[in-house]
Amino acid sequence: MSDWLGHALASPALVLMLGALLIAALPRWLHGVWLLTIPAAALALLWQLPMGEYGQLSLFGFDLTTLRVDGLSRIWATIFLIAAFLTGLYALHVNDRLQHVAALAYAGAAVGAVLAGDLVTLFIFWEATAIASVFLIWAQRTIKAHIVGLRYLVIQVISGLLLMMGAIIHYHATGSIAFNHLGLATPGGLLIFAAFGIKAAFPLLHNWVQDAYPEATVSGTVILSIYTTKLAIYSLARGYAGTEALITIGAIMTIFPIFFAVIENDLRRVLAYSLNNQLGFMVVGIGIGTPLALNGAAAHAFAHILYKGLLFMSMGAVLYRVGTVKASELGGLYKSMPWTAAFCIVGSMSISAFPLFSGFVTKSMILTAAAENHHWIAWMAMLVASAGVLDHSGIKVPFFSFFHHDAGFRVREAPLNMLLAMGATAALCIGIGVYPAPLYAILPFDVDYSPYTTTHVVNQLQLLMFAALAFVVLFRSGLYPPEVRGVNLDTDWLYRAALPAAGRAIHRGVSALRAGLVRGLAQLAGVAQHWLTEGFGTNGVAARTWTSGVMLLWVTALLAAYLLIYY
Amino acid sequence: MITAFFNQMPVLVVVVPLLAAPLCVLAHRAFAAWLLYVLASWSAFGMAFLLFVQAKIAGQVSYAVGDWAPPFGIELVIDTYSALVLLLVTGVAALTGIYARKSIASEITIEREYLVFALMLLCLAGLIGITVTGDAFNLFVFLEISSLSSYALIAMGPKRRALLSSFQYLIMGTVGGTFLLIGIGLIFMMTGTLNMADLAERLPGVYDTRTVQAGLAFVVVGLSLKAALMPAHIWLPNAYTYAPSTVSAFIAATATKVAVYALFRFVFTIFGVGYAFGSLPLGTLLLTLAAISMIAGSLASIFQTDVKRLLAWSSVAQMGYIVAGFALASTAGVSAGLVHLLNHGIIKGALFMAVGAMIWRVRASSINDLAGLGRAMPLTSAAFVVGGLSLIGVPATAGFISKWALLSALFEAGRYGVMAVLLVASLLSIIYVGRVIEALYFRPLPDDVSHHQHGEAPLGMQVATWALIAINIAIGVHATPELEATGRAAALLVGGGT
Repeated sequence: MSDWLGHALASPALVLMLGALLIAALPRWLHGVWLLTIPAAALALLWQLPMGEYGQLSLFGFDLTTLRVDGLSRIWATIFLIAAFLTGLYALHVNDRLQHVAALAYAGAAVGAVLAGDLVTLFIFWEATAIASVFLIWAQRTIKAHIVGLRYLVIQVISGLLLMMGAIIHYHATGSIAFNHLGLATPGGLLIFAAFGIKAAFPLLHNWVQDAYPEATVSGTVILSIYTTKLAIYSLARGYAGTEALITIGAIMTIFPIFFAVIENDLRRVLAYSLNNQLGFMVVGIGIGTPLALNGAAAHAFAHILYKGLLFMSMGAVLYRVGTVKASELGGLYKSMPWTAAFCIVGSMSISAFPLFSGFVTKSMILTAAAENHHWIAWMAMLVASAGVLDHSGIKVPFFSFFHHDAGFRVREAPLNMLLAMGATAALCIGIGVYPAPLYAILPFDVDYSPYTTTHVVNQLQLLMFAALAFVVLFRSGLYPPEVRGVNLDTDWLYRAALPAAGRAIHRGVSALRAGLVRGLAQLAGVAQHWLTEGFGTNGVAARTWTSGVMLLWVTALLAAYLLIYY
Repeated sequence: MITAFFNQMPVLVVVVPLLAAPLCVLAHRAFAAWLLYVLASWSAFGMAFLLFVQAKIAGQVSYAVGDWAPPFGIELVIDTYSALVLLLVTGVAALTGIYARKSIASEITIEREYLVFALMLLCLAGLIGITVTGDAFNLFVFLEISSLSSYALIAMGPKRRALLSSFQYLIMGTVGGTFLLIGIGLIFMMTGTLNMADLAERLPGVYDTRTVQAGLAFVVVGLSLKAALMPAHIWLPNAYTYAPSTVSAFIAATATKVAVYALFRFVFTIFGVGYAFGSLPLGTLLLTLAAISMIAGSLASIFQTDVKRLLAWSSVAQMGYIVAGFALASTAGVSAGLVHLLNHGIIKGALFMAVGAMIWRVRASSINDLAGLGRAMPLTSAAFVVGGLSLIGVPATAGFISKWALLSALFEAGRYGVMAVLLVASLLSIIYVGRVIEALYFRPLPDDVSHHQHGEAPLGMQVATWALIAINIAIGVHATPELEATGRAAALLVGGGT
């Protein structure tokens, strides 16, 4: 091995970031070449690095390990780089320097964070992902996008600050900044856990995903859906593998977004909810913490980035051509955009874990691990969630956009580069499903696992059976209006009646609660805003120009206070 | 010859700008005055660097003015603490020289330009004097030199409001100066000496007297006023807003920092850590005021519509960060405070310079007037973005180093409340920096404006701004030398007093 490989500069993350700088300077017609060659070069570099720790740097008294290549970090870096290549292809036609720079810098930061061997490096890249990514939202260049972006950025930075505080406390407690297993036992560990939790969109900390992702640009949403949350999943796998609490959190995560996804009209927002639900599977896998479960989480993250990216790409193509992704306004697009429809269906089948598609070979690992370790409640939750996935991502998204009633849109097929990107991603989804051995080979642990054995097929049958059972339970419990009872079990049975009914019931409760809360908060905010403007606005008490007399009064008061205290 | 020069350097660093000022007036030409300013400030910067090295090697450089042996004569003392601040002041002054030519020409009539350079030299001489002197009364004199010249500089601002701002600053500054003088008088009364080292030796004998306690109170309040610590900050936003852009950049980066330097020179070196922070509750008081500064300054900043005012309010908040570090009175805390003192000087200098370049172009300073400048002035806008990120404390910038050091020090001292306040304040800073960035990049250029013929800012302004930005990044990427130097200074201050 050559010497330069061990150097901090020979980092795939830096390749991407320097590439971003180059794009900022290069003429437009070279962007396309760079968008594709840079991730490819970074991927080649990553696989040149043997396992180990490199890039030792000394930064303000800390010895940093900027490059750690092991099984766990390598699979994540690999999929991030593959995704960077695919999204680069997808965004090839975009004539906006800002987006290309932000996309590459964001990918670079995410790869850097995954390869970080210590908490300080992790924090540095953690913040970098937040800052680079917000430009993908702001690039929409609307007032709404600006406000949403600012909200997103503040939440991301809060996560960063928690990580920083946690790292400082952890360092003072242990004297080490190495990023290994942290656990929840220490205050530092808890703070870092909260930081990861925000980015992993834990329940109640999740709103930024649905808030921000659908507001980004066409390619921006695809790119956003890839890195931030999966980086958090990686960090959890590194720091909190086997933490029991994660099983509960993950199980809740798989369930609760389903209801929102069912009643949501904006299809990109539906996908954002289902993103949340998919993260839940990975979180459960990390919580179980056995080699098989962690492998499952890693493999599921790998497959998930591809099929979720594919779904977002297809909806992006629809948005690009039609100008909307509202379920109520779309329909019948398969005539105009047959290829996009086909790719979207591949994504849907993958996310629903049909055999021979990527979701099946990865999700079953987590389910098997849950079953092996007797986490029956989590297992049940994941089964129910799988049924939900089938509904909202598997059927709702392609059905409403490409089939359903014809909404009358006669548009052109998506641009060639988008089709190529979707085609390549779809090929990977099917490839992994049919021939998972290469993916299994790069998983962090050596586990002998084969998805297409009798046991696993039985498992999958169980899954389908329980999914059906879940529907029946809903059906029998009278959640459906009586006139639906006689309807054939057609595909739209599910999303037209059963889950929406349950969803509406839950939604009514939640929205009543939320409305109350919002009213209260709005009043409070009104008061606070009034108070803040009174106090700090340009003519507010604290910020307006005081007369010299008032200033002097304050100084005298200060002096008096000092003198009093000293006496 | 060389040895003689080296020996005289501590006094030359003050005398060169001091004498260049009247020469500017005599020259009476804008260009000649500018040239004099550039020469004097760069030579002061060069000497400051040599002094820094000397202080590093020798620990302390001492110089008896007029060969009168201290404590009877005036002594100049340069240790690492003063050398670092000296480097900041002269460095910013030197870069301001490159920046000033076009900016001042656009804001001030040509007949009065030479006065600006003369006054800036005087102000520089005063600020340098404060950092190098080892004599308490001498410090007051230099403080007055720098203050008086800065009142005049602010009054030269292009808007009429500048006069009122300057007048208010004058009243407040004079009160501050008087308080300082009263404080020095009180401790002189008790000890009979004005030499700092001598004072430090004699004060412990009279610690318990009311006079010394009152002296400390007067000194702290007087210098808090100059340092714009809440609630004595209110002169600052107007002064920075209405001053000419060059002057804003120079004063914002240096004047309040030097006041903080003087404050803690008094508290640590003269009064001693054990006294000020042990027997008397100065630490808690200053931390409380610092925390209020951080929040109130950031909140006020968010609401501003004028970009210079926004930066000025953010300075109030950032002074809180600096004082919070010093007020911990631990080695880590003082080191962190000093790091942020230097870094904030660099950051704010760069930001005011970038904003000054934008004002040079659009001839207005409200945030709305900056709409779309990201396209029209890509380099200047990029400089503002990097500076803004640094102000927030994003990794790989100097601001991050400060924030990290401050948080570590606060944690070590167990001040969790202040930590939380600092974190909230840095979240607020995202909002106010974000508002400017939004205007720069995500709003269209107005169509009906006549300034389209202008392109980027002149080269001089660009070079100076980007030089500060480059230093800022360099510190962010490789902070070890700075941290090592501030660590040494902190050990000297905290260790020396006990």
